Amino acid sequence: MNKAEHALHEIHAMNELAAMDSPIHRLGALAKVVVTVAYLLVTISFSIYDCSGLLIMVLYPVLVYQIAGIPIRTCFYKLRIILPLVCAVGLFNPLFDRKTILVIGTLHISGGVMSMVTLMMKGIFCLLASFLLIATTSIEEICHALRQLHVPKLLTSLLLLTYRYVSVLLEEVGIMMEAYHLRAPGQKGIHISAWGSFLGQLILRSMDRATALYESMELRGFHGEFYYAKKNYNKRASFIYAVLWIGAFVVMRYVNLTRLIGGIVS
Amino acid sequence: MHMADALLAPTVAATMYVASGTAAGVSIRNLRKEEVSLAEPLQVKLPTIAVMSALIFAGQMINYTIPGTGSSGHLCGGMMLTSVLGPYAGFLSMIVILAIQGLFFADGGLMALGANVWNMAFYGCFIGYFLIYRPIMQGRLCASKGTKASTRIKILVASVLGCVLTLQLGAFSVVIETSLSGITDLPFGAFVALMQPIHLAIGLIEGFVTAAVLIFLYEARPELLRDVTTSGEVEGKCSIKATIAILAVVVAVIGGGCSLLASSNPDGLEWSLFGNAESGYSKNMGLDEEQYGIASKAADTAASIQEKTAFLPDYAFAGDADNPVGTSVSGIIGSVIVGAFAIVICLVGGFFRRKRK
Repeated sequence: MNKAEHALHEIHAMNELAAMDSPIHRLGALAKVVVTVAYLLVTISFSIYDCSGLLIMVLYPVLVYQIAGIPIRTCFYKLRIILPLVCAVGLFNPLFDRKTILVIGTLHISGGVMSMVTLMMKGIFCLLASFLLIATTSIEEICHALRQLHVPKLLTSLLLLTYRYVSVLLEEVGIMMEAYHLRAPGQKGIHISAWGSFLGQLILRSMDRATALYESMELRGFHGEFYYAKKNYNKRASFIYAVLWIGAFVVMRYVNLTRLIGGIVS
Repeated sequence: MHMADALLAPTVAATMYVASGTAAGVSIRNLRKEEVSLAEPLQVKLPTIAVMSALIFAGQMINYTIPGTGSSGHLCGGMMLTSVLGPYAGFLSMIVILAIQGLFFADGGLMALGANVWNMAFYGCFIGYFLIYRPIMQGRLCASKGTKASTRIKILVASVLGCVLTLQLGAFSVVIETSLSGITDLPFGAFVALMQPIHLAIGLIEGFVTAAVLIFLYEARPELLRDVTTSGEVEGKCSIKATIAILAVVVAVIGGGCSLLASSNPDGLEWSLFGNAESGYSKNMGLDEEQYGIASKAADTAASIQEKTAFLPDYAFAGDADNPVGTSVSGIIGSVIVGAFAIVICLVGGFFRRKRK
């Protein structure tokens, strides 16, 4: 499976997850978008040394993944993209910040190690939350929520249309790449002699396709805006969901619940 | 170059959202103006922009063999979109591509979208188009060699210089945003020295791939490209190899020189952030230190207000500085309990899912 086919497979997998049915899937998209943004904001606002305070934030994705019925391991594969850059930045911290800030028995933990761990935790938590939003909400619902947040209709329509066309073009690129590699076995990528023509041919075909697409859309009554099918959802439940989680995030941010629990037990 | 959410502080993320949002607003307004002046409804352009966005997205999956290295690179597409769609539509197109990458492929993030749009789309579409692509394409570079040969050379020069410079600017922005977010202890100069050379190489590959595709488009359908004259073309001969050699030298001088300078001397931002604390405001900024300096009354008042209202913490380990061991015991025990609780939630969820099946 080449990269394009792999990406296509990932998109299909996300669509299937979003089409599932669970209490989280049945909530309004706006509430889920707002809660996700609030979670991300609170998560990235933690101090780079506040490892224990940040840990409590794991409860939101863990709990909601379970309610939504989405296996948490499905998103760990995506960490391969996000972790290298986070690690690359975080791995330097232990080298520059060697001041000991924590002693466990004979083990001295430096500020650099603590900040590196916190950074990686932040990266993982943010990914879990973003993945959760996409895994429980379809792109149409997200675009509808963005319109409710007054994002220009040009952008939401473009997002929707591009998303639809990404699958088509990924499939086409996948076929082209497979055909090329069958003719040039053992070659790692596209040879320099075909750099221009490979993608250029696709652009020419795509431009013609765009014209045909516009004509077909116009024939179906398109006048600049997509109309979203209204999904029935429980407005009160969505509102309570958003308020409760945002309240919980504020508490988690300002009260170190992890240390509090530890204090009670010890 | 995609930044992750974890690399940004909320204030930096919000600032970049505002900056990119403003650029998006300007782009939409200008597209509406073009709609009126060209009497072409925007909805006609919409499918073309969408298909081009999808195409660039799919095109990023193609690996291009880098001659003589055995490795391969891929396309980012900012300059290519701009030369086909124009800067405004190209910018919106890049926003959509970055949003899909962030949402569906975890390449970037929701909070980092503003920063990623700025780093990759703003420089590629606006700086790349207005300061590099358009002046070169409208200039008279190699005009004596005939229109066609001249245009090919201009496309090559504009693509390579555009991609290299915009990627350098983007990489530099990544360093500034990460440093301002205070999440890394890596010194600013070292970070710049690490980022710029890598993106110099990436920019070169991207530039040559972009040039190859744009020259192909120029040969096949020149009307698709912006700022290209299609009437009265005269065939001529030119040496692409000689142009590439000259370009490589120019790019190496620009990129390499910038990186070396950046690594040995602090730039204006670093100087303003770190230098003035040692030298004093009055010396650096020409201000009265008693009134506006770091140890002034105004600064103390501002600091106390900031302390009470700041959502963003000051990234200090203030609370535990006096007694790190004492308070950390409860922190560790609490962490173990939270971790165990999270695992229990997963196990219970898994149990009920299996039962339902």
